[in-house]
Amino acid sequence: MNTKVSQPSPTTNLLEVKDLRVYYETPGGDILAVDSIDFELKEGETLGLVGESGCGKSTAAMGILQLVQPPGRIVSGEVRLQGKDLLTLSEGKMRQLRWSKLALIPQGAMNSLNPTMRIYRQIQDVILTHQTTGSDKLSADQIKNRILELLRMVGLPERIYQMYPHELSGGMKQRVCIAMAIALNPSLIIADESTSALDVVVQRVVAQTILRVKQMLGVSMIIIGHDMGLMAQIVDRIAVMYAGKIVEIAAVRDIFNNPSHPYTQLLIESIPSLKEQKPLKVTEGLTHDPRHPPPGCIFQLRCPIVTDQCRSIAPKAHLIRVEQSVACHAYENTDVARTV
Amino acid sequence: MTGKLDDRITFLGRKLGVFLLTVWTSATLIFIIPRLAPGDPIAAMIARMSQQSGYVENADKIIEGWRERFGLNDPPSIQYVRYLGNLFHFDLGYSMASFPATVSVMIGRALPWTVGLSLVSILATFLIGNFVGALLAWQKTPRWIKLCIPPTMIFTSIPGMLAAVALLYIFSFQLHRWLGLSAPLFPLRGAYGRGLEPGVSWPFILSVIHHGILPVTSIVLVRFGYWALGMRGMMITVEGEDYMHLARAKGLRPFYILYHYMIRNAILPQITGLALSLGTMVGGQVLVEIIFSYPGMGTLIYTAVRNQDFPVIQGATFIIIVGTATAVLLIDLLYPLIDPRISHQGK
Ligand SMILES: Nc1ncnc2c1ncn2[C@@H]1O[C@H](COP(=O)(O)OP(=O)(O)OP(=O)(O)O)[C@@H](O)[C@H]1O
Ligand SMILES: [Mg+2]
Repeated sequence: MNTKVSQPSPTTNLLEVKDLRVYYETPGGDILAVDSIDFELKEGETLGLVGESGCGKSTAAMGILQLVQPPGRIVSGEVRLQGKDLLTLSEGKMRQLRWSKLALIPQGAMNSLNPTMRIYRQIQDVILTHQTTGSDKLSADQIKNRILELLRMVGLPERIYQMYPHELSGGMKQRVCIAMAIALNPSLIIADESTSALDVVVQRVVAQTILRVKQMLGVSMIIIGHDMGLMAQIVDRIAVMYAGKIVEIAAVRDIFNNPSHPYTQLLIESIPSLKEQKPLKVTEGLTHDPRHPPPGCIFQLRCPIVTDQCRSIAPKAHLIRVEQSVACHAYENTDVARTV
Repeated sequence: MTGKLDDRITFLGRKLGVFLLTVWTSATLIFIIPRLAPGDPIAAMIARMSQQSGYVENADKIIEGWRERFGLNDPPSIQYVRYLGNLFHFDLGYSMASFPATVSVMIGRALPWTVGLSLVSILATFLIGNFVGALLAWQKTPRWIKLCIPPTMIFTSIPGMLAAVALLYIFSFQLHRWLGLSAPLFPLRGAYGRGLEPGVSWPFILSVIHHGILPVTSIVLVRFGYWALGMRGMMITVEGEDYMHLARAKGLRPFYILYHYMIRNAILPQITGLALSLGTMVGGQVLVEIIFSYPGMGTLIYTAVRNQDFPVIQGATFIIIVGTATAVLLIDLLYPLIDPRISHQGK
C-alpha cells in the first residue's frame, strides 16, 4: 500500500470495514451473524452483498450503520467512513453523521414509513434535524420545493406529498424511501434487499430508479439482495456472504465468468436460465448451527470439494487475480502479488 | 371534492343512526322491564307508605287516582308513545321519594358534578398512565426512573373503594392531627364548601378544586397502572416496527422519535380504551361518589335505589345510556383525526 499519497484521488476508499463481528446473544449461545468481515468501498462505487437468507447481510449493514439492536452487539472491528472510525464516535456525533453521510433504504420498505405521518413530514424531518444552524437554513418554501424535487427524481407524482403511507402502493413506498435516502446527498447509501417484497415488474422499476439516482448523484452504494440477475445490472463488485463471512469478493464480470469459491459457483449455477432447461440446483446439504460453527471452513458441510484441511483450518482470503479474493483452501497457491 | 363531502355525510348519518338506535332500544327496554315485573308499582308504593305510617286512608282511591295520573290505565301502546314523547322533551316524570321534584331537575343538578369529576379523573388517569408507560418502555429513560415506577403500581391491585377510604382516613381524619393542625388538609365530604353560592367566583372554584382532589386522586391511583401497562406493551411493539429502525437510521433526535414515532403510534389503541372509559363517564364513579358524599349521579342513584324511587332510577339509567352512546359517537367521529388509516370513507 502506498502511504505517501495524501491527496484523496478518485479511487480512495470511502468505507473500510475491518474484522467486523456482530453477534446475537441467545440462551443457547451467541449467534455469529457477522463473523469477521473485511472489505472496502471506493468513492462512487457500488457493491452488491449477496448470500442466502440468514447469512448476515442485514446484520452487516446494521453493523456499518451502528444500528445493531439488542440482543445483537458489535463484538469487534473497525468501520472507517472517510477515515473516521464510526465505532469510536460518541452517540451525538454519530447521530449527526447519520443520513447526512450514511443513508439507508430499508429492507421492509412496506412498513418503513411512519403510518401516522404524512409523506412530506417524514422527508422534512430528516432535512430539519440535519440542518446546521446558521446561513444554510432553508425556508419553508425551499424545503417544500426540495421535497417535490426529490419526489420527481424518483418518478413519483406531486400529489404523494400530502398523502399518508397507507394510501401508497408498495412500489411507491419503496420510491419514497429512495427519495428520502437521497434527500441530504449522503456519501453512502445502503439499500437492503429493497426489492424482494415486490412483484417482478415493480422490482425492475425500482432497481432502475436506484440505478438512475446513482448515476445522477454518483453516490457510493452497498446493495443487499439475493437476486444475482438484478445485481449484475446495477453493481460494480459483488461480495458473496456465507454464514457470517465473506467468501468471495470480485468485480461483477469475474463473479459471473469465473466464480471461484464453491459457494459462489453454486449460486451462479442456480440462476434460472431461459435458454437451456437445466434441473434446478437445490442448495442441498447440511448447514451448521450458527451458534457453533465447525472448526475450519464454514462451508465444509456443503462443499463438493471439501478436504481434510478444510475441517481443521479456516481458509484465508486469497487474491487470485486483481480484485478477486476468495476464502478457500483450493486457491492457496494462486495468490497474486498484492501490490498493483 | 363533493364526493368526499358526500362520503362524510354518509358516515355521519350512519353513526347518528346507530346512536339513535341505541338510545331508542334502551328507552324501550326501560319502558318494558318494569312492566314485566310482577306487581304494581303504585300498589307497592302504597304498601310501603302503609308500612311506614301504619295505615293509609282511601288506599284504593289513591291508587286509582295515581294510576290515572301516571296514565297507567291507557293501553300500553298509547303509554309507550307518550313515554317516548316525554323522553324526547327530557320529561322524565316525578320523583316518588321527593315527590314534587321532577326527575330531570334532580338529574340536572347531579349530572354536572359527575361529568366534571369523571372527566378530570379519566383524563388525568389517561395522561399519567400513558406517560408512565411510555417512560417504562423507552430505551433512553434513566434507570432510576424505571426502578421507581413499578412500586407505585401496587395501588392498581387494591379496590378503588379502599383507596378512597384510605385517602379519606389519612388526609381528612389523621394527618392534620399528627401535624398538629386544627383543620383537616382536605374536606371530608361534598363538592364545595358549605355556605358558598355556586357560581363563577374564585372562592367557589377553589373550594371545588379543594374538594375534588381526594376523589380524583383515589380514581387516578387505582387506574393509572392499567394504562401504564397497556402503553408499555404497545411501546415495545412499536419499538420493533420497521419504521422505528428507519427513524433511528435517520439520526432524528431521541425526543422527536419518542413523540412522533413511538408515542404517536402506540397511543392509538389506548385511545379506543379511552373512548370506552369515557363511556362510563356518567355512571362509573358511583362508589367513589358515595364515599365522598359527592352530589353526583352515583349518589343520586344510590339514594334512589335505597328509596325504591323507580322514576329516578329509570331516568338516571336512561341518561347514563345516552351519555355513553354520546361519548362513543364523539369518539367515532374524532378517531379519524388521530389515525389517518381510519377515514370517514371506509367502513
Ligand atoms: N434479533 C435477533 N436475535 C437473534 N438472532 C438474530 C436476530 N436477528 C438476526 N439473527 C440471526 O442472525 C443471522 C443473520 O441474520 P440477518 O437478518 O442479518 O440475515 P440476512 O442475510 O439479512 O437474511 P435475509 O436475506 O433473510 O434478510 C441469522 O441466523 C438470524 O437468525
Ligand atoms: Mg436481511
